[in-house]
Amino acid sequence: MREFRYERAADMAGALTLLAAEPGARPLGGGTNLVDLMKNGIERPALLVDLRDLPLGRIEPTADGGLRIGATVTNSDLAAHPDVRRRYPALAQAVLAGASGQLRNMATVGGNLLQRTRCGYFTDAAAPCNKRSPGSGCAALTGEHRNHAVLGASPHCVAVHPSDMAVALAAFDAVVVYETLDGPGELPLAEFYRPVDSNPQLETALPPGALITGVVLPPAPVAAASRYRKVRERASYAFAIGSLAAALDIRDGIVHDVRLAFGAVASRPWRARQAERALTGGPADAAAFAAAADAELAAARPLPHNGYKLPLMRNLAVSVLTELAEEAAR
Amino acid sequence: MTASTSSVITLHVNGEPRTLTVDHRTTLLDALREHLGLTGTKKGCDHGQCGACTVLLDGRRAVACLQLAVAAEGRAVTTIEGVAEDGRLHPVQEAFLELDGYQCGYCTPGQICSALAVLDEHAAGWPSAATADVRPEAGPPALTDDEIRERMSGNLCRCSAYPAIVRAVAQAAKAVSA
Amino acid sequence: MTPATTTGLAPRAVGTPHVRLEGRDKVTGAARYAADFPADGLAHGWIVTSTVARGRIASVDDLPALKMPGVLAVLHHGNAPRLKEDFAGTFGPDATTQILQHDRVPHAGWPVACVVAETPEQAREAAETLVVTYDTEPHDVDFRPGHPAAYTPDASPAGPGRAEKGDVEAELAASDVVVDAHYSTPELYHNAMEPHAAMAYWDDGRLEVVDTTQGAYATAQDLAQLFGLDPASVHLRSEHVGGGFGSKAQVRAHLILAVMATNLLGRPVRIALTRPQMFSLIGHRSRTAQRVRLGAGTDGRLRALEHTALSATSTLREFVEPSAAYGRTMYDANGHRTVNNVLPLDVPTPTYMRAPGEAPGSFAMECALDELAERCGLDPIALRARNEPSVGPVSGLPYAGHRLLDCFAEGARRFGWAERDPRPGVRRDGRWLIGTGTAAASFFTGVFPVTAAVTANADGTFTVRITAADIGTGARTALTQLAVEALDVEPSRVRLLIADSDFGNAWLAGGSMGTRSWGWAIQLAARELRERLALGAAVPADGLTVRSDTEQAVRALAAAERHAYGAQFAEVAVDPGTGEIRVRRMLGIFAAGRIVNPLTARSQLTGGMIWGLSAALHEEGIRDAASGALVNADLAGYHYAAHADVPAIEADWLDDPDPDDPVGIKGIGEIGAVGSAAAVANAVWHATGVRHRDLPIRPDRVLIPEQERAGHS
Repeated sequence: MREFRYERAADMAGALTLLAAEPGARPLGGGTNLVDLMKNGIERPALLVDLRDLPLGRIEPTADGGLRIGATVTNSDLAAHPDVRRRYPALAQAVLAGASGQLRNMATVGGNLLQRTRCGYFTDAAAPCNKRSPGSGCAALTGEHRNHAVLGASPHCVAVHPSDMAVALAAFDAVVVYETLDGPGELPLAEFYRPVDSNPQLETALPPGALITGVVLPPAPVAAASRYRKVRERASYAFAIGSLAAALDIRDGIVHDVRLAFGAVASRPWRARQAERALTGGPADAAAFAAAADAELAAARPLPHNGYKLPLMRNLAVSVLTELAEEAAR
Repeated sequence: MTASTSSVITLHVNGEPRTLTVDHRTTLLDALREHLGLTGTKKGCDHGQCGACTVLLDGRRAVACLQLAVAAEGRAVTTIEGVAEDGRLHPVQEAFLELDGYQCGYCTPGQICSALAVLDEHAAGWPSAATADVRPEAGPPALTDDEIRERMSGNLCRCSAYPAIVRAVAQAAKAVSA
Repeated sequence: MTPATTTGLAPRAVGTPHVRLEGRDKVTGAARYAADFPADGLAHGWIVTSTVARGRIASVDDLPALKMPGVLAVLHHGNAPRLKEDFAGTFGPDATTQILQHDRVPHAGWPVACVVAETPEQAREAAETLVVTYDTEPHDVDFRPGHPAAYTPDASPAGPGRAEKGDVEAELAASDVVVDAHYSTPELYHNAMEPHAAMAYWDDGRLEVVDTTQGAYATAQDLAQLFGLDPASVHLRSEHVGGGFGSKAQVRAHLILAVMATNLLGRPVRIALTRPQMFSLIGHRSRTAQRVRLGAGTDGRLRALEHTALSATSTLREFVEPSAAYGRTMYDANGHRTVNNVLPLDVPTPTYMRAPGEAPGSFAMECALDELAERCGLDPIALRARNEPSVGPVSGLPYAGHRLLDCFAEGARRFGWAERDPRPGVRRDGRWLIGTGTAAASFFTGVFPVTAAVTANADGTFTVRITAADIGTGARTALTQLAVEALDVEPSRVRLLIADSDFGNAWLAGGSMGTRSWGWAIQLAARELRERLALGAAVPADGLTVRSDTEQAVRALAAAERHAYGAQFAEVAVDPGTGEIRVRRMLGIFAAGRIVNPLTARSQLTGGMIWGLSAALHEEGIRDAASGALVNADLAGYHYAAHADVPAIEADWLDDPDPDDPVGIKGIGEIGAVGSAAAVANAVWHATGVRHRDLPIRPDRVLIPEQERAGHS
């Protein structure tokens, strides 16, 4: 870790000015990912701009009945918030499925969205990795890739995004809001993460110098009946090998509204729109759920050692949607 | 180390203000251990992957290894050395001692600090990944063994004293609420 | 029945539960481990390790690092002080000690330099920016049976490489039922919670060292030899050790480099390993590939037993993981062949890890027996009862205590085994399939000759000095209980001092031999002291000390098959849709000699059982073929069981007296980790009907079993 300067931004304008003035600057939220990567030599910022004094720590209802979540809200506070638990239970569950109690107390919403992949080649400074060192190659393609992407990957990078929270946010059409020196902007989560293509080092569509100020959840009645389920190689305190956020609204036995997003299958939370389209307006039974999952996974391109993710995601989708359907019928 | 890469900070450690100069690279963990002589907080992985360095930061549990000391300026830190009061063990410490909630003892300060926070978080009604229904209407979850296991999962114990730790946290929870 | 726990020791202390004597220090943070000792002028070292798996160091560009703030020295093979080249320590010749002595890189993660600086932050940054170049050579980390470099070693500490009697092939041919199965276990890493750390400095002509070691005396002796020092000039302490499991038994790079640096700089130096460095510098358990062939009659009586195991070692030192030795004392057959092969590769040198040989070996053998029971239509416990040998199958020696079947009987009763439906894959609980499994366990009962000193002080108190180590075993408390019993005095009058190399030779905390070996020596010295005092011996002002050495007593022990035994039971739930496995309960019943402190013994046994659970389901070091390095060398990538993986686990024991054994203690550090992985794997079969012979049984393997994968051989 190289020596660096540290500034505590007094306000938004101050933070943006500091970040703009120093190309090697990084905003510091909880630090749970950034400091980790600095210790590995993966991140070597010249300046850290601490956001702790910025007024971004609140969760507020929006006028249209959604929620606005500040960028420095901790994962813990997000998951404990009554409105989140009541109106978007899958979001609370997703956050609670991530990391540990200690890390959730530190980690922020903005930092969670921007966390880097946990690919072992990315975090090992000696390994080839196009994401970390563009043009050096992707060691995972022919190496260890059991937990790498089956959807939306490219020959340049097959890493997956590690966030649980972002999977639920993707299912609920969250919008990322940010500030720049030129004014505010927003990006729907579906556009926030860039496709991998040949530039895996470019991960988000945030303009240079932008600072995430929060996430807006639009109203989504369907989200009240939602669930997040995560599969991992131990029962807790591990990243997903496959996860699913689902919400289901059944009326008269017909799927009125459905939300489905997959985690740990792609470089970004994977909104399963094909599956949603296949289900909407049709029956809510196991056969339909399986067919919908298959429709989504038809585009999958598994590598030699991660093909299990296809049956895993299919079974997860059937299992979780069946649970939601059964609960709706009660 | 130049002025711009180090800072003078004040931490409120176990109730005492402590002023020190830190290299910005110094973590709260190393500040406690190397600058303040508080070696009860342990370094197990230095990357937030084991929980051995768990302390309470403004009353909430945190891993000190990923907390830069400079960014903890002005905050209250409780370490294992500050858990017992006037030499009287906290019920959580009593329970670990009596029920053998450890073996080598290296993860123990982190386990105990984490357990203190688990009791607070549960009392505040926070759900966990083991909570079947997270909606507030479902009411606060009972602190079952499965809830304790999930909530304590950020604290690894390679000796695998887990069953006794769970018993100790359950016993302490009863003692604290009694 | 376990009596209520007391906080003070009673005169009849042995066999009653006591909280750890150092417990208060551990729950208040006062207990100091190796990295916790301050020193004036302390400098900090940071080890740089190789990024290539084989080759020569071409250059170390140390000038830029030396100009960085706070940097005091950059040690590398071009400038490091010379060590004894033909070093042979406690565990024999060991080239892994030759740190910075040559330009050869034997594996990824080998130390190539060490930066010493005023602060750890400065040392880390200089280490990170240090440029080391290599002339790389093609490496071979391709572990596979049939590799041409594999060979059968003459012997390992666990016995000969090959043991054979009768005609295995003929017996197999004559068998009604034959099981022929391949099993594999991955690279496993100790990962004690406390990273290895040492601080060294010179004081008044002595090298003072605080290290984290399972044996302060052995480490001090080895260190003296390596640096060409008078052994008496090395003083090494390890008061508290944050877990060892076999990884803290040898002189390691952190200690060697700390001593080099303090010699060079003339000030105290501390070096701690980072967690990733613990994956290449302190040993591990090798991968194993095992084949078990069992032949039996329809009644389940074994006619043939063959167990062939392959493990890897490094190019530096031969270390054999003796998995196939397990059956040599457990099961008899007319045709009996057990072979431990080893394959040198460009990997770090493996070492002892909790139940070396027995842990992976029992997984293969106890799973194969479960398969045999299934094929014979026999209950797995009945199968074992039918194959209980009366003398050691290979040695022909009588057993000194052999209560395996009693363990099974008691375990079956408490686990509810009689109600078990033997059919696999038929029990459901929601999305979970439920199954139960069992397996036997055994671990040899060894003893090493050690020394102890017991002093009667003028004030009526007693001091026991022994270079024991308490690495979490509870040895400090157990040994005090034994001393109190042997002295027959009030516990408050006895003080036990351990973990100081000045106290003399005392073996290590290892091989499940610590408390047995140390306790014996304390017993001898304390009894003699008590007799002398009873005969009226005067206590001079500086105390009356009796020293013991168990050399003769240990040699006089009659030859016998001495082992601890156990029966392991597990219940698992498997979600066939996601591949998740949850262990719902485990029970272990053991016959392990005299239990000194039931409170800590139970902790140690359940801890071992959880190691079995963790090996069965979670643990695996993943080596990258292209780089030869691990890709998951940290605690986020290398999973071992966390709280949420561990259900209610029960361990208990039977009386297990051995009238011919003067001390009566058997080790309990390892037996919990034997058979437990097999019990879990057998339960997974019972839940699903699918045999998993490759560990860990990961979700992807449950979803797509290995035998269904393309290219599976």
